[in-house]
Amino acid sequence: MDVETFFKNQNEKKQLKILTCGSVDDGKSTLLGRLMYDSKNIYSDQLSQTQTESEKYGTQGKKIDLALLIDGLQAEREQGITIDVAYRYFETENCKFIVADTPGHEEYTRNMATGASNSDIGIILVDAAKGILDQTKRHTFILSLLGIENILVAINKMDLIDYDEKIFQEIKQSFKLTSSQFNFKTEEFIPISALKGDNVFTKNKNVDWYKGKTLIEELEQISLVNHEEGFFSLPVQWVNRLSSNFRGYSGTISSGKIKVDDEVQVLPSGEKNKIKKIITPSGEKDFAVKDQAVTLTFDKEIDVSRGNLICSNEKHNYFSADQFASHIIWMNKEKMLPERNYIFRFINSQIVGKITDLVHKVNINTFDKIASKSLGLNEIGYCKVALNKNTIFNSYKNNKRLGSFVIIDQFTNQTLAAGVIDHELRRASNILWQDMSINKNLRSSINGQKPCILWFTGLSGSGKSTIANIIEQKLHKLSKHTYLLDGDNVRHGLNKDLGFTDSDRVENIRRISEVSKLMVDAGLITIVSFISPFKSERKMARELVEENEFIEIFVDTPIDECEKRDPKGLYKKARSGKLKNFTGIDSKYEIPHKPEIILKTEIKNAEDLADQVLQYLKNNNKI
Amino acid sequence: MKLSHIEKLESESIHIIREVVAEFENPVMLYSIGKDSSVMLHLAQKAFAPNKIPFKLMHIDTTWKFKEMIFFREETAKNYNLDLLVHINEEGVRDKISPITHGSKIHTDIMKTQALKQALDKYRFDAAFGGARRDEEKSRSKERIFSFRDKSHRWDPKNQKPELWNLFNTKINKDESVRVFPLSNWTEIDVWQYIYQEKIPIVPLYFAKTRPIIKRDNMLIMVDDDRLELKQNEKIEQIHVRFRTLGCYPLTAAVESSASSVEEILIELLETKHSERQGRLIDNDQIGSMERKKQEGYF
Repeated sequence: MDVETFFKNQNEKKQLKILTCGSVDDGKSTLLGRLMYDSKNIYSDQLSQTQTESEKYGTQGKKIDLALLIDGLQAEREQGITIDVAYRYFETENCKFIVADTPGHEEYTRNMATGASNSDIGIILVDAAKGILDQTKRHTFILSLLGIENILVAINKMDLIDYDEKIFQEIKQSFKLTSSQFNFKTEEFIPISALKGDNVFTKNKNVDWYKGKTLIEELEQISLVNHEEGFFSLPVQWVNRLSSNFRGYSGTISSGKIKVDDEVQVLPSGEKNKIKKIITPSGEKDFAVKDQAVTLTFDKEIDVSRGNLICSNEKHNYFSADQFASHIIWMNKEKMLPERNYIFRFINSQIVGKITDLVHKVNINTFDKIASKSLGLNEIGYCKVALNKNTIFNSYKNNKRLGSFVIIDQFTNQTLAAGVIDHELRRASNILWQDMSINKNLRSSINGQKPCILWFTGLSGSGKSTIANIIEQKLHKLSKHTYLLDGDNVRHGLNKDLGFTDSDRVENIRRISEVSKLMVDAGLITIVSFISPFKSERKMARELVEENEFIEIFVDTPIDECEKRDPKGLYKKARSGKLKNFTGIDSKYEIPHKPEIILKTEIKNAEDLADQVLQYLKNNNKI
Repeated sequence: MKLSHIEKLESESIHIIREVVAEFENPVMLYSIGKDSSVMLHLAQKAFAPNKIPFKLMHIDTTWKFKEMIFFREETAKNYNLDLLVHINEEGVRDKISPITHGSKIHTDIMKTQALKQALDKYRFDAAFGGARRDEEKSRSKERIFSFRDKSHRWDPKNQKPELWNLFNTKINKDESVRVFPLSNWTEIDVWQYIYQEKIPIVPLYFAKTRPIIKRDNMLIMVDDDRLELKQNEKIEQIHVRFRTLGCYPLTAAVESSASSVEEILIELLETKHSERQGRLIDNDQIGSMERKKQEGYF
């Protein structure tokens, strides 16, 4: 073959992104190894390395274990399981394949969702001897949730059941019962043996009753949706103004196409403009289409920045809002807590927000909706989300790029979850902020104080309330207006509906934070004495008021000492198991990173520590 | 219009490169002079056209690279007007670390891995582009496009953040960093096809030519300078060879070939039965050696 023909062929090849999923030991890695082996995409040195490894770790005796071509990390080769998403590449005469190999282990559902997020087609493997398992249903659900439209069900290990057609048909019917609840565009069933190679690349006489296509034939003939349809949209990724005479807006087109002289608008402002130049990867062109990374210039200069969306002027269906409903797949051991602040990462913006309501959790084996207060690792829920400010989005169904997000922890930076947006929610628009003539500065100036929150945090029995009480007395003597919010007291009234689970603790602190904010607004020096064990919620309280209005005071008493004091006998109860979710025993306390004040009760007495706080207030002109 | 496979890869890579510039304060592109680096550099130029690349390039020079590589590096920097840093581990030079006397493991650790860490600390880069591809090696096939490194530049393969859609997690704390691999989804054939289509300049060592070669441990090693001392029974032969991968010359095996153009290389590649990393001595130390090196901070 000459090179020109080669390139022509290469350029005509379709790119297909596929995902293989199935339960443990269904033979995913073997199937992938088979696809690569039969498509001759394995080099001889890789093969001989695999041969060496097969003898060491393999399950096929002296024979080559194709799964070992795929299993990449040392740990998984030794354990014989795939522990992370691996990407593989092979090509046939007609197609170039990018394959996400995702683990079937129950605890690794998050990896499957990851693989599905970047795939067009899902291959679901079913072990013919085992039939449809809970995990098969789970995988079908995730594929559907992540918008995969085409699925192939490969019923594997047919060699182990003597290529029995009856079993094949039973599995097919049973799977259809599951999949009929979703909206897959195409769904095909193929009896295969990845180990022997039956019906993967070549038809096999062992399965003479099967008249359909081989797995590879099915894959090659799937036609994907034409993504150029729909309105033009480009999320602005970066503004190119590296030289003074140039201003261009860079990003990847997320739907539709664009031509020079097209009228566009920029969201959220809605300002209109006209396309002057389109710089594509192949240079300046008259037009560009979906998935191209381009730089656009406008007819007239306007203010555009990362986070904006350039879209068609005619009509669009994007939302600029701060609330929406979405499915969320939780991917971390740290549980999801409603009302906790997280970072929401969209295609071109990162915004702090929270899950206000967990409407229901989904049982991914039965697809039942169940009530729950939080989501744990690998759980999926339908949630309402509220962001601190507006962002532009679409439903996932309309636009995958603009309808997806991930959730990131503010402190550990871990990726906690992934979400697909269903629809936007409107905030009750008839509630407006009422302007008031008397503000907090006027209120607090009467008695020469600046309002602030003295936020005490520390273990139960550390001495928070004792010190807080002394401070309030001292401030009172100085004729300052104060209010002391005490954890126990508030739980008798405002928060009496809340218990001590993690999600209730978050809500407890959220309410206290809001109440403290009102008190600061009233001009008071507000003293808050709560265990407040989590960094996230202390940060949330801090961010509700102005920067210098929040004074975090860490009462640093070691747990042994608190337990020795045990003024309310709570530690004793907790140790004996009579009290659950007790901070320091079976619920964690996160030590403040940079508190304004640290009080060491082992070194000084309460009186001196109160003076230390008073001194801080004087030094910072609060009193 | 339908985008071809290569056009899709090209736009995906440009998107990744722009995302780094939008989200990080002090990125750098690690430039190894090889063909993948040439492609990555070409893509970066496209990402910021018509303007210049808004970050520095850095080459970790082990002092054992082929002479032609260094010549090519200097020419490229000049022709493209690049802001290029070259970092050498001076302690290693002082201790006369050599791949020949110390072996590939120690040499690579000190002159490459340690050197890279020194340079990243010195310039306080928070993101470093690398030209690695997932089809190169099994442990690479599992690495994220935005791959997190802790304060000591370590990779924790079992604790990688899930990476969904193209929503990359760019959040790091002080002194932590990410390695970013814009060519993750390219294969060796894709790279060569792109070099051909875009006429991207590459080091002439990739093309077959008669070169001074010795045979050592079943490998063809080029005698690039007199630091490579001949052992008994070894003699220099003039052999028509080329390199499929470039690195430190005593650690990089040549292949006998007559392919003297990109077209011929492609034809050879389609017929060949060996993967490109076979020519790299460092991967063969032990099963899983790349994975371990990467955990220690190697690219």
